[in-house]
Amino acid sequence: MDPRVVSELKKLLGAEAVLHRPEELLLYEYDGSVEIARPNCVAFPRTTSDVVGIVQIANRYQVPVVGRGAGTGLSGGALARQGGILVPFSRMNRILEVDAENQRATVQPGVVNADVSVAVAHLGLHFAPDPSSQRASTIGGNVSENSGGPHTLAYGVTTNHVLSLEVVLPTGEVVRLGSPALDSPGYDLPGLFVGSEGTLALVTEVTVKLTRLPEAVKTLLAIFDTVDDATETVVDITARGITPAACEMLDGWTIRAVEAYVHAGFPVDCAAVLLLEVDGLRQAVEQHAEDVADVCRLHHAREVRVARDEHERALLWKGRKNAFGAVGRLSPTYYVQDGVIPRTKLPDTLRRINEIGTKYGFEIGNIFHAGDGNLHPIILFDAREEEQFRRAVVTADEIIGFCIEMGGSITGEHGVGMEKDRLMPLLFSEDELNLMRRVRDAFNPAGLLNPGKIFPTTKGCGEIHVRPLPVAGASRA
Amino acid sequence: MSTAGATVGSRLADIVGPQHVITDPARLAAFAVDNEKPSAAVSPQSSAEIVEVVKFAAKDQLAIVATGARTKLGIGLPPRQYDIALDMTRLDRVVAYDPGDLTLSVEAGIPLRKLGGILAEHRQFLPLGVPYLSQTTIGGTIASGVDSPLRQMYGTARDYLLGMEFVTGEGVAAKSGGRVVKNVTGYDIHKLMIGALGTLGIITRINFKTFPTPSASRAFVATFQTVERACGMRNRVAQSPLAPMTMELFSPGVAGLFAGKAAAQIEPNSMPENVISGTRWTFTMGFSGNENTLKRYETDLHKMAEECGAVDLVVLSGSQIAAAFARKREFVPIALSSSPAATILKMSVLPMRMAEALATAARAAEANRLPWVAMARGVGVIYFAVLPTERNEEAKQQAAHASNQILAACAALGGQASIPWCPTEWKSALKVWGLERADFVQMQKLKNVFDPRGVLSPGRFAGGI
Ligand SMILES: Cc1cc2nc3c(=O)[nH]c(=O)nc-3n(C[C@H](O)[C@H](O)[C@H](O)COP(=O)(O)OP(=O)(O)OC[C@H]3O[C@@H](n4cnc5c(N)ncnc54)[C@H](O)[C@@H]3O)c2cc1C
Repeated sequence: MDPRVVSELKKLLGAEAVLHRPEELLLYEYDGSVEIARPNCVAFPRTTSDVVGIVQIANRYQVPVVGRGAGTGLSGGALARQGGILVPFSRMNRILEVDAENQRATVQPGVVNADVSVAVAHLGLHFAPDPSSQRASTIGGNVSENSGGPHTLAYGVTTNHVLSLEVVLPTGEVVRLGSPALDSPGYDLPGLFVGSEGTLALVTEVTVKLTRLPEAVKTLLAIFDTVDDATETVVDITARGITPAACEMLDGWTIRAVEAYVHAGFPVDCAAVLLLEVDGLRQAVEQHAEDVADVCRLHHAREVRVARDEHERALLWKGRKNAFGAVGRLSPTYYVQDGVIPRTKLPDTLRRINEIGTKYGFEIGNIFHAGDGNLHPIILFDAREEEQFRRAVVTADEIIGFCIEMGGSITGEHGVGMEKDRLMPLLFSEDELNLMRRVRDAFNPAGLLNPGKIFPTTKGCGEIHVRPLPVAGASRA
Repeated sequence: MSTAGATVGSRLADIVGPQHVITDPARLAAFAVDNEKPSAAVSPQSSAEIVEVVKFAAKDQLAIVATGARTKLGIGLPPRQYDIALDMTRLDRVVAYDPGDLTLSVEAGIPLRKLGGILAEHRQFLPLGVPYLSQTTIGGTIASGVDSPLRQMYGTARDYLLGMEFVTGEGVAAKSGGRVVKNVTGYDIHKLMIGALGTLGIITRINFKTFPTPSASRAFVATFQTVERACGMRNRVAQSPLAPMTMELFSPGVAGLFAGKAAAQIEPNSMPENVISGTRWTFTMGFSGNENTLKRYETDLHKMAEECGAVDLVVLSGSQIAAAFARKREFVPIALSSSPAATILKMSVLPMRMAEALATAARAAEANRLPWVAMARGVGVIYFAVLPTERNEEAKQQAAHASNQILAACAALGGQASIPWCPTEWKSALKVWGLERADFVQMQKLKNVFDPRGVLSPGRFAGGI
């Protein structure tokens, strides 16, 4: 990269806002995924006009620019795959406005997800999308990935809660999309930009909807002796049209990992638990919880525990939300997959995942958004052995292949990024990919923004490319 | 038959068979858009046939308007060019319905009413209580972007649409999204197609999330002396733990509208007497749940209504609710048929600014001596109908003045407005799509991707896209 890029960035932002020495860049070659890629430099904007300045420099020298939130993404979205300037939004982390009466907040992209909810809790409000990474991941990252979370089942994903965006296009224009009021006449541009994985624009401001906190909440832990019973329960709950606020599953393997770390109170001798939550009016919640518990018992739940107080409830959720961290203690490297299937296919799919694991010699843990049919098989592997990594990828691909066969999708919330670009042809025709490429090119004409993401770089369906060997600790999630 | 019509017709007949092509001008009148008649109407039965039709049109520089039940073709600007009506009603199959997964995939031409019946067998539904329900197709509903009172609880189509198949203006059949309830694979192109009037693609198939039908529901109605008080009630509910299914406010004039002949013709379910006041503002709210929940709602609502200064209140149940719901669902068609020159603005503002928006709009209408009625949804979306008694130059000028004032007022209240419905010959004088938007250029970029030659409904969309 032209050394003038760094000096121009320093001139624009100040020397302390630009990193470029190799040892400084080390941290930025990772995100939560198993991928690595090193940027040439890192530039920290504080304002929208800083972002415009960075983009202009990138254009002048024709170098890539890649936005970054907290780097918790699991598909390599925030990695500078082709080098260039990495732009973390950590210094644009102010909540600009809370409009409690209209249930809106306008925030900078670097605000951490949970901080929004904390800031408005005293008003009886929260920001509903709650990725398990919510204590670290940022609104900008959530918007780019269209993140979900355990409560997505009842409350929807990020896109259902975003009203308006201020973005800097890769050409340097600042544009406001959508409006704080609903139904802007015209195309649903926020609908397109949310979930575009940082390939259409850098997001500099987000207006979100705030949701009223429920009056009553009940959290249930249903304990099962077989995985089949747990998955059949999910199928039945769905089919009966009982929509809990959350319906998460952890299998025995994951529970044991979690308990060793968090002591959330999950029984270590069971095959699976469902962590279920119902919320709403007091009068409704009682019965709703009873209905859910009945279905669990019908499918042979050994026990259905109801969290007695806020402390117990928080502990159960802590167990769920720290599960990846717990797994990380067992193995320095693991591969979290993200696939979706119709919920009616859950039992078959979990059985199949188990078989696939056995076939390739991996024990696969499952902790996932069961109510949405959004799977997260976790494959542990030893990064020092290249052969194992390769085998982990083949295993993951076979699981994803099965999801597609079931009528599902290759990613429910983690994004395509640089992890699944090569799998895109399994779902989309060349015509469809070209149409999406043209959408990208319409906003990102020179391809400088987050290049090498979403779209397969080579033709040929689903063929495995060996990726660079990740170093131990790649998944520090 | 014109010669142009004859050649176009025979080319189309090659694609779909002559029995599915209309070139008789008398029959083509039914496909007119803003008084423009096409030279042919074609009824394909598959996406593949649509691809052929579009490719032919693109090559011969013809323009296509896709049509469903043709109930909402008046929305938007007149097409710049219109040669072929692409009738979608033969694509009317349910492609897949998995009640256990609560997902559904249908062809775009299926009538919504028919679909409702299929879902009802499994005690499920789509929260699309949209105008023209008894006629409309699902494709037309989505492409026109009309909304439903149920959006209070379920959101709009963008919140429960899972994926879509469509044909672009270059004749490329493509899809986006999928059939599962959670999916982030690829760009959400299907969201762009909602409300786009077919200017980006011809929607051929739509995948939805379906919902369980609520067990028991009730409706609560209260009337208030002023719009401020009625909005106060809305605000009070919004700040409570109650989760209504529907929430609307009606201006005093709506009572007369709903009691009129037009209403009875459009929606024969008659509204229970005196539900909507002829002299006051009426607040209605639908809710559902178990017995205890319903009781809780009633108690809380009574208390809130009193605090907010309600004049009187009633709780409706059973068939009364259905009748009341049908009336508010059909507000737009009823208003359109009650005046020779009905002009309906759709205003969006921050919910807490609704009283101001309604008062300003009322002043603008009255200053221009225009009768008006309004229905406001709790989420901050207002249908404001001005109902001139004459369709003449003077009324047009008055409507133009009033609507310009209203558009400006909405912008000042953090929102925007457009004029989805007005007489065709007024469209050049009214700002049909509202004030010019800062992101218009971005919309144009998308049009250039999906329909670079302007084959699909050219000119009908915002900014003449
Ligand atoms: C333990 C753990 C649990 C997780 N649980 C969930 C979960 O439950 N649900 C879920 O959906 N995901 C989950 N994730 C994945 C991840 O946390 C989400 O994708 C999250 O939204 C990423 O946010 P981030 O701030 O870390 O973004 P990053 O990883 O830094 O970036 C993600 C993408 O956003 C882009 N980006 C970031 N900021 C901007 C901006 N301002 N403008 C333009 N582009 C930008 C980046 O270029 C990149 O493409 C989990 C991850 C971990 C490690």
